[in-house]
Amino acid sequence: MKTRGLSVKNVVAIGIGSAIYVILARFTSIPTPIPNTNIELVFPFLALLAAIYGAKVGFAVGFIGHALSDFIMYGQTWWSWVLATGIFGLIIGLSSKRLDLKNGIFGIKQIIFFNIVQILANAIAWIAVAPVGDILIYSEPANKVFVQGISATISNGITIMIVGTLLLKAYAGTKIKKGSLRKED
Amino acid sequence: MHDESQILGYQPGSGFIYQLNATTKLVFMLLVSAACMITYDTRFLVAIGIFSIFLFKEANIKWRQISFIVKFIVAFMVLNLLFVYLFQPTYGENIYHSKSILIHAGYFTLTIQEVFYLFNLLLKYVCSIPIVLLFLLTTNPSQFAASLNRIGISYKISYAVALALRYIPDIQNSYWAISAAQQARGVELSKKAKLSKRIKGTLNIVMPLIFTSLDRIDTISTAMQLRRFGSKKKRTWYVAESFNENDFWIMGLAVVLVLVVVLLWWLDHGRFYNPFV
Repeated sequence: MKTRGLSVKNVVAIGIGSAIYVILARFTSIPTPIPNTNIELVFPFLALLAAIYGAKVGFAVGFIGHALSDFIMYGQTWWSWVLATGIFGLIIGLSSKRLDLKNGIFGIKQIIFFNIVQILANAIAWIAVAPVGDILIYSEPANKVFVQGISATISNGITIMIVGTLLLKAYAGTKIKKGSLRKED
Repeated sequence: MHDESQILGYQPGSGFIYQLNATTKLVFMLLVSAACMITYDTRFLVAIGIFSIFLFKEANIKWRQISFIVKFIVAFMVLNLLFVYLFQPTYGENIYHSKSILIHAGYFTLTIQEVFYLFNLLLKYVCSIPIVLLFLLTTNPSQFAASLNRIGISYKISYAVALALRYIPDIQNSYWAISAAQQARGVELSKKAKLSKRIKGTLNIVMPLIFTSLDRIDTISTAMQLRRFGSKKKRTWYVAESFNENDFWIMGLAVVLVLVVVLLWWLDHGRFYNPFV
């Protein structure tokens, strides 16, 4: 059965993914000794989901998940950062075809490729999209929002490099490798 | 034990606001918070601030329902204002093109203009937060999804939002169940533990949570496929309601408020209201 637009699986992945996003954003943010910098385990999760289901799901989970969690936690949304999270999911999702996680392959080559993509995605989302949005929508001082963006890039980049890589590796491990079945002689 | 009230959610009640159509409330919330986001006109923000606090009183919401979140928001707000000030104490005078010094302190010299700018930022919170909180507390999640569809968002995305709202409590429950199981095994998650231990401990919860939830995606999508979800271009909603007279008044009010912001933009020559020049 061919459906136009989003497939059923994608719709469900967006729904459940956003729900997990909200819970992780709410409960698994670990404060570090550096002020105002938290280790956010939600971004490695978003990277995993985007890498499995692709760009559309990556964008939608980032956007809806972040918007909902902002609403539920703060009663207000920062649309510039919501959009940035969506773009982050989108960029990682674009690499999902080349990563080929569904066939259980995640070796050194894929790990390096994934990390290059994630650092790029972090930089675009937090240093370009979010601060520019903050300045245009909320007219906040430029140096404040860029410092916030750079610190988010560094902390999220490192978190994803460690936790995200682990998550993707673990997910690939649960899938059956392509060509792992051989015909008996 | 965990506190249920840490996440905001719908609670049934009665009154004028509960009787409004969910679409009306969504449109009102989006338009008015967009208006408050755009304008920095102090007069408009003060008026909306008073109005939204009045609405809040009208809905008879109890303090314990929102006390946690209000404390959270106030802490965040103070921190944000402080950062705006620390990073660029001269921002106010750049905006209002004048400078009247309040406290001399080198880089941190405080001007009346900066205080006025920060006051406007604060007002923005006071305007939009009560309206959003009210929306969350008085709107049934299923009706919320139906109203998203009604304002033109595709039903698949609306359904995904409905699914998310439906599964947040479930996933929260499994989160606490896994957390309790890990703590029973001796994983320390409180502030007492070292940072590296806390990260490892949290990962011990997150990993199983994510992988069981990924299985859930497969199960639910199979069930929905069997019920032919997504095979038609449109779908109807069980909880959809029709509009009545009050709904039109409220939506009209929201449109008028947006027009006022446009008018003020024209009067103030921009988004800032400048009393100094």
